[in-house]
Amino acid sequence: MDLAYTEAEEEFRGRLREWLAAVLPGLTAKPPPDDWPARRAYDTTWQRMLYDAGYAGLHWPVDAGGQGATPTQHLIFLEETERAGAPYVGANFVGLLHAGPTIAAEGTAGQRARWLPPVLRGEEIWCQGFSEPDAGSDLAALRTRAVRDGDDYVVTGQKIWTSHAEVADWCELLVRTDPDAPKHRGISWLAMPMDAPGITVRPLRTLAGSTEFAEVFLDEVRVPASCRVGAENDGWRVTMVTLSFERGTAFVGEVVACRRTLEALADEARRTGRWDDPVLRRRLGRLNAQFRALWRLTQANVSESQRTGGVPGVGGSVFKLRYSGLRQELCEAAAEVLGAADAFDLDRDEVLDRLSSLSYTIAAGTSQIQRDIVAERILGLPKGR
Amino acid sequence: MDFQLSDDQRALRSGMRDLLGAVFGPGRLRAAVERDGVLDRSLWRELGAAGFFALRLPEDAGGVGLGLPEAVLLFEETGRALLPGPLVATHLAAGRVEGAAEGEAVVTAVDADLPVAHLAEADAVLVGAEPLAGEPLTGEALRAFVAAARPVRSMDPLTPLHRAPAGTAAAAGRVSAAEGSRAASERTRADTRRAPAATERTPAHAGRFHCEATLLTAAEQLGSAVRTTEAAVQHAGSRQQFGSPIGSFQAVKHLCADMLARTEPARAAVYAAAVTGDPVEIAAAKLLADEAAVRNARDCLQIHGGMGFTWEADVHLHLKRAWIRAASWLSGAGAEELLAADLGAAGRLRRSSTAYGRRAPEAGGGG
Repeated sequence: MDLAYTEAEEEFRGRLREWLAAVLPGLTAKPPPDDWPARRAYDTTWQRMLYDAGYAGLHWPVDAGGQGATPTQHLIFLEETERAGAPYVGANFVGLLHAGPTIAAEGTAGQRARWLPPVLRGEEIWCQGFSEPDAGSDLAALRTRAVRDGDDYVVTGQKIWTSHAEVADWCELLVRTDPDAPKHRGISWLAMPMDAPGITVRPLRTLAGSTEFAEVFLDEVRVPASCRVGAENDGWRVTMVTLSFERGTAFVGEVVACRRTLEALADEARRTGRWDDPVLRRRLGRLNAQFRALWRLTQANVSESQRTGGVPGVGGSVFKLRYSGLRQELCEAAAEVLGAADAFDLDRDEVLDRLSSLSYTIAAGTSQIQRDIVAERILGLPKGR
Repeated sequence: MDFQLSDDQRALRSGMRDLLGAVFGPGRLRAAVERDGVLDRSLWRELGAAGFFALRLPEDAGGVGLGLPEAVLLFEETGRALLPGPLVATHLAAGRVEGAAEGEAVVTAVDADLPVAHLAEADAVLVGAEPLAGEPLTGEALRAFVAAARPVRSMDPLTPLHRAPAGTAAAAGRVSAAEGSRAASERTRADTRRAPAATERTPAHAGRFHCEATLLTAAEQLGSAVRTTEAAVQHAGSRQQFGSPIGSFQAVKHLCADMLARTEPARAAVYAAAVTGDPVEIAAAKLLADEAAVRNARDCLQIHGGMGFTWEADVHLHLKRAWIRAASWLSGAGAEELLAADLGAAGRLRRSSTAYGRRAPEAGGGG
């Protein structure tokens, strides 16, 4: 058990810090949340800067155009960029973390050459068309149909919770190509160009008031069969491959941010005098223990994936289950530190965070689904209801 | 960075599990319960011979020469096996109290107002704010101490307890929640009702003995939490109701999932605290391990249904022990106050003058 970083790792950290200090002051101001073209431009500009500095696709394999960095280097990268207040991955998320790695693992040479470089250079944005109104936790129940017609698939159906749909160039789309096969076996993975005729994007407003995602309606959209990645009806397996690219680093930036928030809350509570309330103080102390432990658990998970050559354990589910609940607790504590005078003011970041945090126990697998995964795949309990 | 057990550490842990399986199986556990936790001296000597107490003494002093991370792995196993006895105090006394390292002596310790464990059979008792700095009670002084102590009908059949003579608790000087609270609220300057001496010792400056006792106790809690999770999963997978294993019902399997979700962060916290020796990390480890041990034992009991409420099932032994350990060395309230005091600008100032422990290799994610 060694928590000290190697000389090479520290050197990597040092170079990154220098670079961040040099480039971050030159960034333009963050665009308003509802200005999607501006958000796209801001996020892709940052991606281009990363590319030029040799940090794009840090965790991607070298033969996919990535840097082939170790999981620990990736951890350091995410930790340092968060600490320095660098932009988030934002609109590049699906391209860098889902669609890109899927294409890198399962695509043909031609598909890799066509789609991967523009993601790394911040030239093309991807969105995700997985969930449907009737296929949420039970994703494999998806019904969007793709019927082969010559060299094309003709796709009809509806997707939901699609972030960045308004500004995306491509959509990684799960479609049903064999309605008669068992539900996991009749699915295919397509790259759908978002400018194809028949696509209608309707933004959905979240409870926080902003439009973070959209519904996507597909009406006989023609997608070339050459845009299918992997074999027909093998899309479920193709999709699951992507998960192995995360390597325990999924929440690094967020845990760093939570710990910083907690420090700021303590300062604020001391300033306002609320620190004298032992109930609040102990609540913050307890969160300090929880987030410290999550940080150490992150280091353990990253070390494990480094040892196993990048294959993540199902430990990610344990982490997500714990983290999502604690993130909500942190936001509740923040509201208490603010006090009634400020806790309902949407101009306070803490208030928006409190609202956004409600999605954490739902998005990317609800806490109930995570518990099923932990119980069945780690603890070996029988399936059933 | 490689925050995983080394091959040697894995071997050490499995060696300890094998040893305990051989010398303290279910029969020996039940026998220990039947004799109200009175220690088996030959087992104590076997532990000594295996190097359990002398683990961290240098090799040239007859020890094994290993460190806190290795000690934590062994205490995780003793917690898992419900091994009785003042293991933490005797381990910490090795090299300082005669016979402790070899398992010839049983050494217990006075921990604030908590009744003293295994006092009647102890060869030495550690007292005082920094017990290893002073002389332990032995011989005549020990006999007088025991004579003045009053036996408690202990809730835990594996931990005989004595209430220490009046006045001893104050001398033990454990970091109390109230003290932590003072440190955290930083109102000591204005507070004239308290003697200045009492306010100088803040939890972050607690001594080495208390820090290590806290950490090793947390390691035992971790082992207990792991064991009750296993027992719950085993029962849920085999017990049939409504024609199915009860573990196929979400209401039950989700309890099991939450047990693991409490255990794994606690494990990361305990192991990291063992590597850094940092008092704040140790407090976090204790807080999370206490919670994992107590709540997992509760859930394990619940999953066992009526059998869980019986004397025959082992789960009550885990719960009772976990409750006692949770009150030992650093309570939840004390840990929370200490962790609160660590936060923000005031916490950074405090950290820069931390008295005990190697500096953490890196601050990690936060301030």
